[in-house]
Amino acid sequence: MIINHPLLGPRDAQEFVYLGDATLIERPDWQAENAAEAFHDYLYLRDNPAGAHRELWYHEQGDRSWLVVTRNTLTHEITSVELARDVARAKGRGR
Amino acid sequence: MHKLKPITPLGGTEPKVDSFPGLTITENPTRALASLSARLGHESDCATKARDLIGVDLPGPGQTAAGQTYSAIWIGPDSWMIDADHASHEILAAELKAAVGDTASVVEQTDGWCRFDVSGPAVCDLFERLCNVDIRAMQAGTATRCSIHHIGCYLWCHEAGTAFSVLGLRSSAGSLHHGLVEIAQAVCTA
Amino acid sequence: MNSQTNRLNGGLVDQGQSLSFTFDGKRYQGHPGDTLASALLANGVRLMGRSFKYHRPRGVLTSGSEEPNALVELRSGGRQEPNTRATVAELYDGLQANSQNRWPSLKRDVLSVNDLFSNFLTAGFYYKTFMWPKAFWEKLYEPIIRNAAGLGRVSGEDDPDAYDKGFLHCDLLVIGAGPAGLMAALTAGRAGARVILADEDFVLGGRLNAESFELGGMAGSDWAAQAVAELSAMDNVRLLPRTTVIGAFDHGIYGAVERVADHLPTPAEGQPRQIMWRIYSKRALLCAGAMERPIAFANNDRPGIMMAGAVRAYANRWAVTPHQQVAVFTNNDDGHRTAADLIAKGVQVSAVIDTRADAPAVEGAELFAGAQVIGSKGRLGLETVTIRTAQGFTRDIICGGLAVSGGWNPNVHLTCHQRGRPQWDENLAAFVPGETLPVGMSVAGAAAGAMSTHGAVQTGAEGAIAALGDLGITAKAGDLPQAEDAPVNLQPFWHVSEGKGRAWLDQQNDVTVKDVKLAHQENYVSVEHLKRYTTLGMATDQGKTSNMGGLAVMAEMTGKSIPETGTTIFRPPYTPVPMGTLAGRAVGRHFHPVRQTPSHKWATEHGAVFTEVGDWLRAQWFPQPGETHWRQSVDREVLQTRASVGVCDVTTLGKIDVQGADAAAFLNKIYANGFAKLAVGKVRYGLMLREDGIAYDDGTAARLAEDHFVVTTTTANAVLVYRQMEFARQCLWPDLDVQLISTTEAWAQYAVAGPNSRALLEKIVDDVDLSSEAFPFMACAEITVCGGCRARLFRISFSGELAYEIAVPTRYGDALMRRLMEAGEEFDVVPYGTEALGVMRIEKGHAAGNEMNGTTTALNLGMGRMVSKKKDCVGNTLSERDGLNMADALRLVGFKPVDANETVAAGGHLMNADGPVDAAHDQGYVTSAAYSPVLQSSIGIGYLKNGAERMGEVLRLANPLEGSEVKVEVVSAHFVDPEGGRQRA
Repeated sequence: MIINHPLLGPRDAQEFVYLGDATLIERPDWQAENAAEAFHDYLYLRDNPAGAHRELWYHEQGDRSWLVVTRNTLTHEITSVELARDVARAKGRGR
Repeated sequence: MHKLKPITPLGGTEPKVDSFPGLTITENPTRALASLSARLGHESDCATKARDLIGVDLPGPGQTAAGQTYSAIWIGPDSWMIDADHASHEILAAELKAAVGDTASVVEQTDGWCRFDVSGPAVCDLFERLCNVDIRAMQAGTATRCSIHHIGCYLWCHEAGTAFSVLGLRSSAGSLHHGLVEIAQAVCTA
Repeated sequence: MNSQTNRLNGGLVDQGQSLSFTFDGKRYQGHPGDTLASALLANGVRLMGRSFKYHRPRGVLTSGSEEPNALVELRSGGRQEPNTRATVAELYDGLQANSQNRWPSLKRDVLSVNDLFSNFLTAGFYYKTFMWPKAFWEKLYEPIIRNAAGLGRVSGEDDPDAYDKGFLHCDLLVIGAGPAGLMAALTAGRAGARVILADEDFVLGGRLNAESFELGGMAGSDWAAQAVAELSAMDNVRLLPRTTVIGAFDHGIYGAVERVADHLPTPAEGQPRQIMWRIYSKRALLCAGAMERPIAFANNDRPGIMMAGAVRAYANRWAVTPHQQVAVFTNNDDGHRTAADLIAKGVQVSAVIDTRADAPAVEGAELFAGAQVIGSKGRLGLETVTIRTAQGFTRDIICGGLAVSGGWNPNVHLTCHQRGRPQWDENLAAFVPGETLPVGMSVAGAAAGAMSTHGAVQTGAEGAIAALGDLGITAKAGDLPQAEDAPVNLQPFWHVSEGKGRAWLDQQNDVTVKDVKLAHQENYVSVEHLKRYTTLGMATDQGKTSNMGGLAVMAEMTGKSIPETGTTIFRPPYTPVPMGTLAGRAVGRHFHPVRQTPSHKWATEHGAVFTEVGDWLRAQWFPQPGETHWRQSVDREVLQTRASVGVCDVTTLGKIDVQGADAAAFLNKIYANGFAKLAVGKVRYGLMLREDGIAYDDGTAARLAEDHFVVTTTTANAVLVYRQMEFARQCLWPDLDVQLISTTEAWAQYAVAGPNSRALLEKIVDDVDLSSEAFPFMACAEITVCGGCRARLFRISFSGELAYEIAVPTRYGDALMRRLMEAGEEFDVVPYGTEALGVMRIEKGHAAGNEMNGTTTALNLGMGRMVSKKKDCVGNTLSERDGLNMADALRLVGFKPVDANETVAAGGHLMNADGPVDAAHDQGYVTSAAYSPVLQSSIGIGYLKNGAERMGEVLRLANPLEGSEVKVEVVSAHFVDPEGGRQRA
């Protein structure tokens, strides 16, 4: 597969390490009432879509950017690639 | 001057040179390296101060920039590898830190790497059997990370099609050198 | 003199030069440009192999890579290569080939008795016969089958040749260099695009070299040679002859195998035998042509019975005929071309048997329209065929060759590698590429169903223009060369029903029409099931000449159409790939890169025994003269270190530089314990958890400045921890000001341990007060050594002794090691390796990878209180789960054998002093064990339920694997200096 890196352009997927569902960015609040339950869901529950899937890839043999790649699990078509840091900020993650 | 005698990444007192018809591979231990990473919110200050020292703008993704004394290679978002002559700039990291102050983090990287300068008309034939980089399309002054012989490397193009440097993990210098020489033998047989 | 009785005039072979070769030990002559198959045919050799199952005598069927029969063992010794298709093996002087699957000889093969028992060896034979008794399988059936089965053999010797891998990039990859591919490459090349043209043949041109018709007013082969010459002169075009594109992968990536030196006796010095190219293409044009299919009839496998297109190719390109008398059996016009070309070459065509009642007339040969071939005769080679004429008579026709054409199948294989399905073309009675093609691929020429030469050059040019248009490159059509444009005239005909004897569909796997019918009777109606039940379409040719026939028979049986019956899935590789080509250079000791420590050279000089830790080579111990067992060396290294001072290279520990205004806040989040309050100039132990609360890694963090830390990781987890830290930095807390970079390689770091470590280091450092007051336990500083070399000093201890770790830039590491040894001479300094390091950490009860094994928590490790409840950090929320905090949770403790002569074995499980030894009564397990030269006893550490409360208890350490049971006493894991006085000295 080819991943179109937002900074570096098309790169072979071999250069990347796959992590999984991009919802791993949305780490729960440790002080919330239901923190234990929320962390359980965060860590163990995943959708397994046949189709578009937002997932985390790490450009380990490249610039060490974490990326959010939207990939169709049926066709491997990649429809968008974003810097995970931008995605995280858009999700309200900060310090 | 201290009493510890340096050795090259390949373990010699002198850099190793391997010559083939159309290709020369030279171990180059004469460069000092330091990473420069802009602090959050200080990216433009960092760029200004770095330019004041280097004399040119810090390069963008995939690019390098060369000043008179220092060169810079883009290595990641807001991160660069700065290169200078080792003999006169062994404490490059300290020089750099003094120049950029709190606008950036600076880390000595000199001995994290081994460097081989590879030149000659067969250089593209060599690298196309070592890494997935589009070597024939690489322009002078560009650089990219790649994997050679399973070793993470930077490939730096000085002259399109004829002169490159490859920087790899110093501890793997022997394996990287073996990989380069082995393929050089393969591509330099007529 | 000339033994080449079947050599004709002309062709693309150099008849002025002779090459000598042997087949089954007999010497023959051929010419440059020959394949092994063409040279054997020229010499009148039709029998080339024995079939897989029945050991039937077989000859060559085709002239290309689809060949099912003519498989030989090429070369000998380490270079012996089984199952080489004689049709693609280029002849070279001295070539040695042997036939396969026969004993004692090709002409007299003992196992051909299988053929007599063929009624028993039908489809599903193995499944049905060897069901019972069960015990017979391993002892009787399998050894017999193994002995009889298989095709070629390997020598068992190491392959002396090298194989390369490589990477190519292009705008347009053209696959196949027939008329369509050459025209496409010319069109794209002239437009300045970066083009790669790959073809499996050693002469580019495809069918242009095999046919007699003209292209652009000249011989097809001349046009091809001219095109190749023009392409060769273009810098932007790369020609890859002898290169098979074996697979179409995601996003325009193709795999291709270039046979660099297969056509030479041995590769030149340094030259690889083959190269596996990974081709990154923006667009690809498949011009793979088409492949002829047979018509099955009784005994259609006799040597001499061949594909009509192949017979034509042998005559035109290689100037060879299988026999001086050849008949043709066809259901289409193309078969007639074979008759015409053979006649033109002076070969006698005894008959043209055409299944069509309205077959066109033939000049120079007798035509039997509406006739069928119903049998063949001849021992070890064709002598006559029997036909049933349209009028219903039978007639024997004398011929030593029969050229069979059942029509042509477009080579759709690569279009299907991304799960694409071909679609049925009624006019061709064949599958053509479907609508869903691999991204970026289009198809031209016969592969797309354009079967005429004109169709090929036209679609080739159009395909290139369209593909480049997508990329914004304008290519001009230009004038197409004048070419034949004959329509396809064909009446589908798959197998002859009449006839005595078996009608072969798949000659490689010995599958007959009857086998497919039997499979259908037994309800194997899905083509995928059919394939596996009958083995139709398996092995080296993957059914290239047989799948369609099998499908047609199955369709007939089920009453469905062929497209309704469907095809099996096409998978890479298109043709077989040698294992060596897949491995490339990553073999033997270059299987993976090696990482050497800064003291490697010194350690080698001092006789170190090395061990692999990941890619690292680390000194395991340093044997001294007189030491005959590793334990002697390790015991000495431990005792000498604990008594005086030892030095160990610890560079391999991962080192990550962490800087930024929020560096401390960041470490607070990734470590379970706190770092915000760590003073500058101090080091702290850090425990890292996974988000699920399980212990992940540990190390130290040294605070060199308010905004600057250097953290260490274990050697094994260095890459993973760095990756996890980048994840935390970019994805979890993107607004923390923190920058990370690895410095593992940049510093040579040595542990200097033992009561004399301070005294030794005092001789090295430049004016640094190392007293405990000035530089206490867990202090760190940036200093200089040896007269000005910049260094980092950490007072940390893994051994439990007074100890330091000192680091200098790696280039000085070798010199520092030598200096430490020299300065330490007066203290009897000892270098120690990873074994002594391990013994000392077990004596001290320090956890390592065996203890942090992915199932254990901070609580288990006895560090439960380190996990801060006052801050957010990875893993602390889920570490509080009830299941991880049971009252009888495992705790890390030590074990000593009750009888000091007994051994504590790692991996053994703990059982109460009395009671059953089983999983239900498991009390825990030993994770690490060693012989402690200090305690002069075997010791171990491990996990015991509620272990902290069970000191002094005697348990049984069970090792059911070895049948041993040792009584052990529960003790503190801190065997040596439990108060920790030494490291603080």
